[in-house]
Amino acid sequence: MEDKGVIQVQGFCKRFGEIQAVDNLEFSVREGEIFGFLGPNGAGKTTTIRMLVGLLKPDAGSAWVNGYDTLKDPVRAKESVGVVPESSNLYGELSAVDNLIYMAQLYGVPKKEWKERAEELLKDFSLLDRRDGKFQGFSRGMKRKLTIAAALVHRPRILFLDEPTTGLDVMGARGLRSVIKKLKEKRVTVFLTTHYIQEAEELCDRVAIIVKGKIRVIDTPEGLKEKVKETEVLEIQPRPVSPSLLQFLEGIPDVEKTTFVEDKIRLYGASVHNSICQILNRLETKGIKILSIRTMVPTLEDAFVKMTGVDAEAMRADKPMKMGGMG
Amino acid sequence: MKELKKAYYIARKDLKAYYFKPPLVSWGLMLPFVFILAFYLRNPQGIADLSPGLVGLTLLFSTTSMAAIVISFEKRIDALERLLMAPIHLRTILLGKGLGAAAFGFGMGLFTLVVVFFLFSLHAYHLFSLLISLLLSCFAFAFMGILISVGVREVFEAMTLSNFFRLPMVFLSGVFFPVTSMPWILQIVGFALPLTYSVDALRQSLLGHKGLLPHWVDILILLGSCIFLFEIATVIFRKRTQEM
Repeated sequence: MEDKGVIQVQGFCKRFGEIQAVDNLEFSVREGEIFGFLGPNGAGKTTTIRMLVGLLKPDAGSAWVNGYDTLKDPVRAKESVGVVPESSNLYGELSAVDNLIYMAQLYGVPKKEWKERAEELLKDFSLLDRRDGKFQGFSRGMKRKLTIAAALVHRPRILFLDEPTTGLDVMGARGLRSVIKKLKEKRVTVFLTTHYIQEAEELCDRVAIIVKGKIRVIDTPEGLKEKVKETEVLEIQPRPVSPSLLQFLEGIPDVEKTTFVEDKIRLYGASVHNSICQILNRLETKGIKILSIRTMVPTLEDAFVKMTGVDAEAMRADKPMKMGGMG
Repeated sequence: MKELKKAYYIARKDLKAYYFKPPLVSWGLMLPFVFILAFYLRNPQGIADLSPGLVGLTLLFSTTSMAAIVISFEKRIDALERLLMAPIHLRTILLGKGLGAAAFGFGMGLFTLVVVFFLFSLHAYHLFSLLISLLLSCFAFAFMGILISVGVREVFEAMTLSNFFRLPMVFLSGVFFPVTSMPWILQIVGFALPLTYSVDALRQSLLGHKGLLPHWVDILILLGSCIFLFEIATVIFRKRTQEM
């Protein structure tokens, strides 16, 4: 366990019936960094965050947040962090400013600062012109922004963000990522979960890859890429495409692993670049045309696929959105 | 003190977001008035005697209408997580929810009292006891609603369950006829219901009639009901939050 971690987790375990959702997690997050929890849906990311913010009790293990034991001193631990859950769950009946003031009240912000902080956050998040608009009338991106603003109203030193950009359009997600980068400038420690590899690469100082409740590796995005730099990557665009093609390609010597990336296939191997002719010949004998072919430097996505064996396509799939009720 | 303040903020938000909406106000007032109108048409002379029951029913329906669904509703829209993530004790959350419901019920009860005073040319026999009876009845019914709300998973279950308790209470709690005139088995049920003590306390403090029990006993039983219902709700809520 590293010293000086503002978040420290030791031996976290959680089981739901037959499923071991989180299995003996150990990690530490440094002050001021953006720490990403990267994994496919069902990997245990949200369960970990829920245990860290006191929504779930772990079956075993302990955690300290800003020096407070989350089990023995949950109220103090909660006071010192902001949490943005996966769903934007502010109160639909209340206006933007009323939602922020309500959060300030619940987190014990002095009364004279309620309005000032609410206005300041609305300005920072470009929502000032909608200050009196009801939350239920906001777009998904605006709801997400206001939910993050609500988590910052008591000026926490740590912010937990669960899948911050899931369900947002490209522009909305881009805007939100720039908001998260600005938080780092203000020395806020950010713990975020995501299943978007590019998002982790763009935002995070360090990334923990979690699969089936276990952390496989923790490193910087560059460090993770370094770990697979000996691996060569070849991307082809075959026609027609079928799932059986992956198995066929993995039968070729030098090809260690294959994965779909949209309508293309990536092939990994120590010397897969040398086998291009052989690969093309094999595909031709099968009657498969190649529309494009290119060699690539390994990306974080490639490192992820290589280390976890999880298909990159599975990572791109969004979780089904919850059906909301009123508000 | 900090926790009490937070309970107050929760109650204030609930009142603003949920309670003062036309459907809730009309439902809280309409049903008791409909019942009383039905009895008035049958026996216009004895209607003033029904006024404590009218106030009691208004308290029951106005406090429980939202209290019984507020937790399951907020769970459904994920807003309950907001409160659970905040630095607030679970008991404070329930106290805040109960406080909002009780405050709404108290307001509705006062409104009904004014109507009763005007319609039947009545005045409070003992104003202080009347206000204490009103207040404790509101909290007892609010925590009954909260208990239902934490005990179910879905909003429709809460509505079904609250009617399962409320509708028999209307007829078994001495609102329209004395509990002692019912068969013994129904008397046992009647004496287990907080509305019985609420109506008995209101009858004594509003009309000055002799009650089933001394007024202070009614008050103590209502107070005990508040504590008992709140504690049970807390135990269930604590268990349920780990299942979410």
